[in-house]
Amino acid sequence: MAGIVGYGAYVPIYRIKVEDIAKVWGEDAESIKKGLGIREKSVPGKDEDAATIAVEAARNAIRHSGIKATELGAIFTGSESHPYAVKPTATIVSAGIDAGNRLMAADLEFACKAGTAGMQMVIGFVESGMIKYGMAIGSDTSQGRPGDALEYTASAGGAAFIIGKEKKQVIAEILKTVSFTSDTPDFWRREGAGFPSHGGRFTGEPGYFRHITNATKMLLEETGFKPSDFDYAVFHQPNGKFPTMAAAQLGFTTKQIENGLLTPIIGNTYSGASMVGLAATLDIAKPGQKIMVTSFGSGAGSDSFAIEVTDNIDAKRKNLTKIMEMINSRKVYIDYSTYLKNRGSIKKV
Amino acid sequence: MIMRDVAIVGVGMSKFGERWSSGLKDLMAEAGIAALEDANISSREIEMLYGSTMASGRFAGQEHTAALMADQLGFQNIPAVRLENACASGGSALRQGYIAVASGIHDIVVVGGVEKMTDVTSAEASTALGGAGDQEWELFQGITFPGLYALMAKRHMYEYGTTEEQMASVSVKNHDNASKNQYAQFRRAITIDDVMRSKMVSDPLKLLDCSPISDGAAVAVLVPLEKARKYNDTPIKIIASAQASDTLRLAERDSLTEIKATKIAAQNAYKQAKLEAKDIDVVEVHDCFSIAEILAMEDLGFYKKGKAAKAIADGETTLNSKLSVNTSGGLKGCGHPVGATGIKQAAEVVWQLRGDAKERQVKGAEVGMTHNVGGSGATAVVHIYKRAD
Amino acid sequence: MERSSSSLWRKIRSRYDLVGNECKNCGSSYFPPRVVCRKCGRKSKMVEKKFAGDGEIYSITRIRVPPDTFKDEAPYFIGVIKLKEGPMVEGHVLENGIEPKIGTKVRVRFRKMYVEGDEGLIYYQYKFEPV
Repeated sequence: MAGIVGYGAYVPIYRIKVEDIAKVWGEDAESIKKGLGIREKSVPGKDEDAATIAVEAARNAIRHSGIKATELGAIFTGSESHPYAVKPTATIVSAGIDAGNRLMAADLEFACKAGTAGMQMVIGFVESGMIKYGMAIGSDTSQGRPGDALEYTASAGGAAFIIGKEKKQVIAEILKTVSFTSDTPDFWRREGAGFPSHGGRFTGEPGYFRHITNATKMLLEETGFKPSDFDYAVFHQPNGKFPTMAAAQLGFTTKQIENGLLTPIIGNTYSGASMVGLAATLDIAKPGQKIMVTSFGSGAGSDSFAIEVTDNIDAKRKNLTKIMEMINSRKVYIDYSTYLKNRGSIKKV
Repeated sequence: MIMRDVAIVGVGMSKFGERWSSGLKDLMAEAGIAALEDANISSREIEMLYGSTMASGRFAGQEHTAALMADQLGFQNIPAVRLENACASGGSALRQGYIAVASGIHDIVVVGGVEKMTDVTSAEASTALGGAGDQEWELFQGITFPGLYALMAKRHMYEYGTTEEQMASVSVKNHDNASKNQYAQFRRAITIDDVMRSKMVSDPLKLLDCSPISDGAAVAVLVPLEKARKYNDTPIKIIASAQASDTLRLAERDSLTEIKATKIAAQNAYKQAKLEAKDIDVVEVHDCFSIAEILAMEDLGFYKKGKAAKAIADGETTLNSKLSVNTSGGLKGCGHPVGATGIKQAAEVVWQLRGDAKERQVKGAEVGMTHNVGGSGATAVVHIYKRAD
Repeated sequence: MERSSSSLWRKIRSRYDLVGNECKNCGSSYFPPRVVCRKCGRKSKMVEKKFAGDGEIYSITRIRVPPDTFKDEAPYFIGVIKLKEGPMVEGHVLENGIEPKIGTKVRVRFRKMYVEGDEGLIYYQYKFEPV
C-alpha cells in the first residue's frame, strides 16, 4: 500500500497583521479577526514565488525522507500562482533538489487542491509500479485584490509529500482516497489577470461546504470509518471559520482539527493549505493514529484521504523540520507599505 | 632583461571631470596634443601607440579606440593596439609602451588613455565598471564595485580596527591636493564631517569615499633614454615597471585585507629599481575608494598591515609631510576616467620630478612611484621613476 | 550579453544546488567550480563536489546604490560566505531579523535572483540566511 515516506513544509518569514491591512481600508480589525478567524498571514519576500517555496519544501521533504532526490520518478507541483504561465514549476523543483533527469514532471492547477490532486496521481503511479517514489507539492503565493476580503487571508507557503510503498520507509499509509468534483464557478482567475475574482457568499455553501462534506462522507462510507475513528482531521482552510463549521457539520470535534488548522496564524496558503495542515498533524502524530484530510479547490472539487501513521514515524523525525517551529522561530512583521513593495504592487495599484 | 633605458619626454592630460562639451575624440586630442607639445615632437615621428580604454563600448558605443586615437592625433598608419585591463588599463598600456621601447623594437612610442563616462546614466556606468569583476558570480548578483571594496573595508575594520573616520581622512587629503590641481575634477576642500554625512553607497563606504565618474584623457611620450634630451631638458627615467594579477573574483583571494597583486608588483619593482619603500618621495596610488588607498599604503610597503589608516588620519601622507601621496588629488579628487587614470598618474609624477607641479610641488622630489589597480585587485601595475641625471 | 537562456541554463546546478568541484591532485575544493585547479594548473584533476550550504559570514556589506538590474531590490546585504567545506563565495544575505555580522552562521536558501521584466526569464539562485 502506498504511503508517505517523507514530507516537508515551508512558510516565508514575513507576516502582516489583520490590523495593518484593516487600517488601510478603514475596516474594523476586531470584527474581521472574529469573522474570518485569522490574526495574521504569511507574505512572500520580494525574491520568493511559488517555485522557491516549492523547492524549500521539497528540500525539507527529501531531508526528512532519507531517500535520494534521484530516486524520485515523478514531481507534480500544484499551484495557482505558478511563476510562468508556460514553463513548468516542477522542472525548477527537480533542478532545485538535483533530482537528475530520469523522471516525469508536470504542473497542476485546480485552485487550492492542485497539491492533493498531485498526491493522488503519485499514489496511482506508485501503486501501479510505474515509479518507486514520487513527490507532490502544493505551493502558492496567493494574490488577493487590495481591499478585497481575500487580502486578509491570501498568504504564502507550501508543502511537499514523497509517496512510496517500501514498507520500511513509509511513515503513514494512505488507506483510501476519493474525490468529489463538479463544475462550480465560485472563484476564478482568467489568463493574464492579476487577481482572482469570486462569487462572494456563493463560495460558501455551493462551493466549499458542498464539496468538502460530500467528499468526506464518501470517504467515510467507502472505508466504513466514523469521524470518531480518526485522531485528527484536516480540512481545507480558506479562513479559520469554514473548516471549524465543516468539521461540526460532519461530526468531527474541535480537538480533532486544532493541530492541523494553521490559517489563523499563517493565512490561506491555497494549494499549500490542507497539505501544510497535514504536515503539522504528522509532526505530532503517534504510530497507529489515523488522520482524515479533505482538501477543496474552487471550480470545484474536494479530495479526501484516510491516513494511518506507522511505527517508522518516530525514527524519521531526526531530520524533520517541524512546521510550528518554523512558523514561530522565523517571523518578521512588515507593514502594509512594505507588503505592497514586496508584492511589486506599487506600480499596479 | 632590459635592453635599454626608457624615459618619458612628454606628458599631457585633459581636464578631468564632467566634460559635457567633449566626446571621446575631443578628449584624446586635448591630452594628445598637450603631450606632443610637451615633448616638442611632431605627430609624424610617432612609431607606435598603445591606447587604453576600459569600457568605451559600454560608455560610448565605440570599440577599436587605439586606431581611433592614432587617427585623431595624426599618427598616420602606425601600429596601434588597444589595451584593456579594467581600471589598470592605463598603467598596463604604459608598461607595454615601456617594453616596446626597452626592447629596441620601437624608438618613439605614445601611450594614451581615455574614458568618456558621462554619456550614460550612473547606473549604466556602474554596470559597465562591474565588468571588471567576475560577471557570472559577482555582477550577476548585483555586486557593485563599491560593494566589493566595502567587503574589503569591513574585513579591514574587523581585523585591524580601522575606522570610518580614518577612511574619510583619505578623501579629505585627496580633495585638499586636488584643490591645487588645475586638471582636477573637484577643486574644493572637504571635511571629515562632509564625508561621514554623505550618502551611504555600500556600508561602510559613503559617496565621498568613492572616486567619481569622470571624463578625461592622459597621454605620455616614451623614448630611449639616450635620445631623450633631444625632446626634453628634464627627461624622467622609468627605473622599474612591474605588474601582477590575481583571481578576478574577490572571494577567491587569499586575503580580503590585502591586494596581493599590488604586493607582488611592488616587490618586483623595488627589486628592479634597487630601492626600498623609504626611498620614494612622491607616490600616486590607486584610491578608487578610500579603503583602497589604505590597502595600497600597506601593500606597497609604506606601512605595516593595519597601520596605514591611523598614519593617514594623523597627516603623515599629506603634501610635503613624511610621504606625499596622491598629490594630483588621486582618483578621488582629480577624477577617475578609468582608461586614463594609469597614465594620468605617470603625468603627475613626471611633473613632480621635473619640479613643475606648482602649488602642489613636493620639495626635493627625486624618486616617484605610480600604482594602478584593475577591478578589485585582479591586476596591479607599479612603476618607479627618477629624474635622469 | 550577460544574461540569456543559455547562460542561465549552463550554470543551473551550481546556481541552484551549490555544485562545485574539487581537485583530486591536491584536494582543493572550489565553489563556483573551476575548469582548472588554481594550484595544480595543467596537473589538475577536477571532479564534481556538492556543497551543503552551511557557512559563516566572513565579510558583509549592504548595497544601497545598485546596478540597473537590481534597482527594485536595494538595499540588500551582500556577504562573503566561508562555506564549511572551505571555499569562500559571495552571495546575498537575507534579512530575517538576525543582524548579519562577520561570524554569523548562515545556511543556503533558494530564491529568485533576478527577473527580466514582466515577460522575460526568472533567474533563481542560492542566497544565504542567518541562523
